[in-house]
This record gives sequence, C-alpha cells and structure tokens, in this order.
Amino acid sequence: MDGTILLFLLQDGITNGAIYALLGIALVLVFAVTRVIFIPQGELVAFGALTYALLEAGKVPGTVWLLAGFGLLAFVFDVVAAARERALARRLAKAVLIDLAIPGALVAATLAVAGRELGSGAHFALTLALITPLGPLLYRVAFQPIAGASILTLMITAVGVHLALVGLGLVFFGAEGLRAPAVSDLMVTIGPMLVTGQSLAVYAVATVAIVALWLFFDRALWGKALRATAVNRLGARLVGIRTGFAGSLAFALAALVAALSGVLIAPMTTIYYDTGFLIGLKGFVAAIIAGLASYPLTALAALGVGIVEALASFFASDMKEIIVFMLIIPVLLWRSLKHTHVEEED
Amino acid sequence: MSEPLLEIASVAVAYGKVRAVRGVSLSVGGGEIVTVIGANGAGKSTLLNATMGALPLAEGAIRFAGHDVGRLGVEERVALGLCLVPERRELFSTMTVEDNLVLGGFRVPRAVARDTMAEVYDRFPRLKERRDQLAGTMSGGERQMLAMGRALMSRPKLLMLDEPSLGLAPRIVADIFRIVADLRASGVSILLVEQNARAALAAADHAHVMELGEAIVSGPAAELARDDRIIRSYLGFH
Repeated sequence: MDGTILLFLLQDGITNGAIYALLGIALVLVFAVTRVIFIPQGELVAFGALTYALLEAGKVPGTVWLLAGFGLLAFVFDVVAAARERALARRLAKAVLIDLAIPGALVAATLAVAGRELGSGAHFALTLALITPLGPLLYRVAFQPIAGASILTLMITAVGVHLALVGLGLVFFGAEGLRAPAVSDLMVTIGPMLVTGQSLAVYAVATVAIVALWLFFDRALWGKALRATAVNRLGARLVGIRTGFAGSLAFALAALVAALSGVLIAPMTTIYYDTGFLIGLKGFVAAIIAGLASYPLTALAALGVGIVEALASFFASDMKEIIVFMLIIPVLLWRSLKHTHVEEED
Repeated sequence: MSEPLLEIASVAVAYGKVRAVRGVSLSVGGGEIVTVIGANGAGKSTLLNATMGALPLAEGAIRFAGHDVGRLGVEERVALGLCLVPERRELFSTMTVEDNLVLGGFRVPRAVARDTMAEVYDRFPRLKERRDQLAGTMSGGERQMLAMGRALMSRPKLLMLDEPSLGLAPRIVADIFRIVADLRASGVSILLVEQNARAALAAADHAHVMELGEAIVSGPAAELARDDRIIRSYLGFH
C-alpha cells in the first residue's frame, strides 16, 4: 500500500467520521437530557436523506404522511392527558397548534411546492423543517409518558420505536434505494489529495454544528436549563423549568442534527429505508466510547470509528462491520475496570 | 380583611392508598413566618411538596396570591412566586455555583436576575467566593446556602423551607435562622418545616403541630412554645 491510498482512506474515514460525530453528539444530547438511548436516530438520518433525495427528484416525500400521522397521534395523547388532569380547556389550543397546525402547515407547504424547480437550498431547508418536528412528536408519543422510567425501560422503548420506524420507512418510502445529486461538482486538490465539495460541506457542517451545540450548552440559559434537567429533574422543576419541554427541545435538536446528516450523506451513498440502523450504530459506538457524556470526546471517537472503518474496508472488507463494532469491547472492559459506578444522586 | 398569601384548605395527599396528609388547613399571610413542626414521618414534607405541586392533591384546595393553584404544575407555581427549598436541596451538582444561581432565576427577566444575584452574593458572601466551584463539591452548610440562594433568585413571595437545619452544625443552624429572620424583614413570607422545634418556634409567628398526617395543634408560636404537651413531646429532650 502506498501513501496515496492511505491518504485517500483517511480522507474517506474522516468524512464518514464527521457524519458519525453528528450522530454520536445527538445521542449524547438526548441521553443527557432524557436518559433515553435514542437508537432511532439512525432512522431519522435515513428519512432525512430520503426526503431530500425525493424532493430533488421532484416527488412528494412520504415524510409528510409520517409527520401528519405522528401529529395526530400526539394530539390524541395530549388531549387524553389534559382531559385526565382536567385541564383540557387550558391546553387544547396549544395541542392544536403544536400537533395539528404546525405539521399540517408543513404538509401543505410540501404538497404545494413538490415538483417545482426550487433548487437544492430550498429542498435542504424543507427537509430540515419536515424532519425536525418528528423528534418532539416521537418524544411526546413514545417517551414522555414514561419519562420517569428506568434507563433500561427507556432503551427497550427506543428499540421498539426503531423497529416501528423501519417498518414505517418501508411503507412510506418504499424498498427502493435513493441517491441525491451532489450539491456541487467542486473538486479541490490539496497536495496529493482530491477533496470533493461534498466532503468539504460535511466537514463544515459537522464543525459548525458541534461548536454551536457546545456554545448553546455552555453559554445559553436554555442550554444550561437542558443540562440542569439532566442533572436533577426535580431541581429543574423547582426553578421553573418545564422538563417536558426540555425533553421536546432535546429531541428537536437531535432530529435537526439527523436531518442535517441525512442531507449530507444523501449524495454520497445510496440510502434505503433501513440504512439508518448501521449508520446509527456507528454513531452509538462513538458515543459509548466517550461514555455517553462528552461532546468533544464523542466527536474524536467518531473520527476514529470512521478511520478504522475506512481502513478495515480496504484491508478486510468482509470483516468491516465486525471490526468497527468490536472497537466497543475493549472500551467497555476498560471502563468497567476503571470506573466505579456513580450514583445519580448528589 | 385581605386574603392571606397562601391558603391551604382541608388538603389530603395520598401515596397510593395511604393518606400521608389528611384534612390539613393552614394559611400564611404577607410577611409572616409560619412553621410546621412534628416528628419524622408526620407528613410535613409531603404537605410542602404537594403545596409546590410536586405531589398531586387527593382532596382540598390551595390558593396562592389570589390564584387557585391546586391543579397547576410546579413551573406555573414558581412563576407566581412560590418557591420550595427541598429537604434534599436538589442542587445541580455537576454545575457551578453561579450556574445554579443563574438557573434559579430561570423565570425572571435577565436584568432582574442580574440584580438579584448581586443581592444573593451580598447575603451569602461564601457563595461569591465559590462561584466557579461545582455545587456537588461543597459542604452541607454551603449547599443549604446555595439552595436558599437559588430559591431567592426566583424572587419568591413565599419561600418554603423543608428542614433547613437538617444535618448542619449548630453554628450554621444559627446562621440559617438569622437569614430566615432577615428574609422576613425584607418582605418574603416563609413556611418553615422543622424537626428542630425550639428554633422554629422561636423564629415563627404561627405554628402548627403535625402528627400522623394531621394538624393536631395550631396557634401563635409563642403560645405553643409554652404549651405543656408540646414541651413534653417535641422540646422535652433539650
């Protein structure tokens, strides 16, 4: 093997690693606020990619029906919960707005513009707008009713949501794989390397997203409120943070990051309705290596995962996935030996 | 006569089928200190948690500052000016002292929060010294001060303190009660739950004694402090 191949593999690994970093960071974010290990994050990435590819192809993406369906479901949940607490009059307007009006408007807008030549920028924005509300709606339907349950219960629920979404993905997107056209034909030569515009876009978006999230959690009052909710739920309620809203916000951010990743990978590889799971698992490996706690460590670990995967696919392509997932074993061993169990209490 | 700030009427709170609080009524007027004393397990903390909205009411009504708050969420009660410093403090242990205070002011406008933080630092200079330290690394007394500081950040009309002296050294307990008196002087009403009955009765205007979930004796704190039964049951060992 010569240096050029190595450089090529490294570049490939870093590009994939940047996508895994976005995934891993979303997982850490959701876990920190809600203690949910959000396995379906990969599905949201795949749905983002498929939505973007379909919009680019001038079709109406099945995402609209998914969004409308989850909106209706969340509405039923909200109405029943409000009726039980005898607060229907107070909460009905809000439920109509969030569960029906906003998804409805997005569906209407998509139906109106699909098939017209709007350009990639508009399709990109529309994809973000369609995928992001899926996060809070999923949270409302699947996780908020059991927000106080154990991490294991929440994880089993997450597996259930993952399986449901894969099935719904087949129904709404079909079994056919899709690929979007590249954002630009730009090619940059850096030394012996040829870097595509797509890769540059991936690096730029991943870096900006990670820095923005870091600033949000470190500086913004709402970012601190999300962290506080993660540290002490009762304490957060006592200072007036609505913890249900904190969960919704975390899921919205995760879905936004998923939509971003989806749009970024749509032109790089063919995406099927069930592709998300493998991508998601690699982000999960990175998040686990970082202990589901640190954003910068997750990003670094994700780059490592990407590079290992690229090298493995060159040297032992049959064993590629096995090698990547085996990374997790020494890390878990090391963690279990080094760390004593820390209680959640203060 | 004007309506009291907080009015708890015939309240019952249940854990499943067990009624931990039954038929308790009490009120706190503006600028008043009211204390609820009683043995461990009498239902004092349950009463405070239900008043804050952290536990649902099985029966009865709670009015605060002219609103029926019995069905409102904790967050909405905070916004009305009700605030609880819980027995377990419930601080954000992996965040700094300053971030804990900033979050205490989550519901108030930014400028008000900034001024209030200066006041809190004046009242608790210790917190100012330790502003960049993680809350979880502080001593018990400092944590109680931080919990009170965080509560004051929300500019409460009524502060509910659940066992503020629990597990603290006598000198720090004296500090805490001095601060409680200061707070009342600055116009904050206080509902104080204590096992340290002697100190609580000395600080309060009004007192209620709870036993097995019911309020068995109520009256001016000074009178209760002289009541033979109270002395025998709650002050006897001093």
